[in-house]
Amino acid sequence: MMSRMSNFIADIGYAVRGKLAEIGYGAALFTKLFAYGGACLKRFGLVRDQVHFLGNYSLSIIAISGLFVGFVLALQGYYTLQRYGSADALGLLVALSLVRELGPVVTALLFAGRAGTSLTAEIGLMKAGEQLSAMEMMAVDPVKRILAPRFWGGVIAMPMLAAVFSAVGIIGGWAVGVLMIGIDGGSFWSQMQGGVDWWHDVGNGVVKSFVFGLTVTFVALLQGYLAEPTPEGVSRATTRTVVMGSLAVLGLDFILTALMFSI
Amino acid sequence: MTRSKNDIWVGLFVVIGFAAILFLALQSANLLSLSFDSNYKVTAKFDNIGGLKPKAAVKSAGVVVGRIESITFDDKTFQARVTMSMQNKFAFPKDSSLKILTSGLLGEQYIGISAGADDKNLSNGDTVSATQSAIVLEDLISKFLYSKAADNSDGKTDSTASKAK
Repeated sequence: MMSRMSNFIADIGYAVRGKLAEIGYGAALFTKLFAYGGACLKRFGLVRDQVHFLGNYSLSIIAISGLFVGFVLALQGYYTLQRYGSADALGLLVALSLVRELGPVVTALLFAGRAGTSLTAEIGLMKAGEQLSAMEMMAVDPVKRILAPRFWGGVIAMPMLAAVFSAVGIIGGWAVGVLMIGIDGGSFWSQMQGGVDWWHDVGNGVVKSFVFGLTVTFVALLQGYLAEPTPEGVSRATTRTVVMGSLAVLGLDFILTALMFSI
Repeated sequence: MTRSKNDIWVGLFVVIGFAAILFLALQSANLLSLSFDSNYKVTAKFDNIGGLKPKAAVKSAGVVVGRIESITFDDKTFQARVTMSMQNKFAFPKDSSLKILTSGLLGEQYIGISAGADDKNLSNGDTVSATQSAIVLEDLISKFLYSKAADNSDGKTDSTASKAK
């Protein structure tokens, strides 16, 4: 009985120690990635290739999703607004929801699924194939050569993608609202321009998407770097990237929105 | 650094991204028209501003001629001090009057400016003295009820008086 009890307590201790070590490892990796930002500027070609891989290839899915989210927002927004006889405010509704909230968040969720998973799988397989160990043997720091360019590539790509999402979404909302439903185009734009503030709405949206870019890319890299070097380990790490990345984005979104709300 | 074929695609991506941010800032937030108009500031004191908010419009004949910059409370006169920035291209006489109006039944409140007859125009830092406060619904209802009550009691006294005759 006593030994079972002590075993149980030891299990708890082991689990806590493991988690703490993981958090510490993650924090160390995060500071290291930041510290290598300067080194990445020196070899910008590496970052450029990652922006190409993470950004350009995600552009089509982001633009198409943005278009359809804009369509749906206009339809649903019109349904609600016309009950209050203020369908003219549709442009404002679509622009504010996209710029402040849906643009950064949905883009981050799609980015986690589209780009984050590929990062995790790539790094995990490099680890499973012992390419990372081989680099270390050649005195090349894999964090500097492999992880940091991917990190900064993701951080650069994400705000651009979010802005494209919002812009395409507004055009989609305009297409449905003005062309399909027949709201006056002038009031659609003027209500939007009267109500959207360039810093409080657009600027905060860009700040949000930048933070989400940091989060999603970092989670993806950390999961790949910590993955067990087996096929199951890589597949589990890929799943964790999506789950943890999305949860982190949604949690951070609440915190950021609350902070920006109070300022 | 040698150029690779990725350069052009990444360049295109970055250009599209910045174009999208510019589109959001210019088309949806209308950044240009906000910052490049020159303005002059006019203050006015109101007894009650109702639901007036900073950034609300100042309109003359229904056309936006300026915006409210700030609303503060003056604890000497116990009035609200409203600072408006008016567009330079519109000039108003010094004795123009200000009214707080509401667009529609439930709409936003704004300031209506109606021109006076003075030869001199309002300039930067001037104070408008002729102001009319916002109409508060509760005051209106209570006035209406009081007048109704007064009418009723008048009618009663009249009828009793006529009976007495």
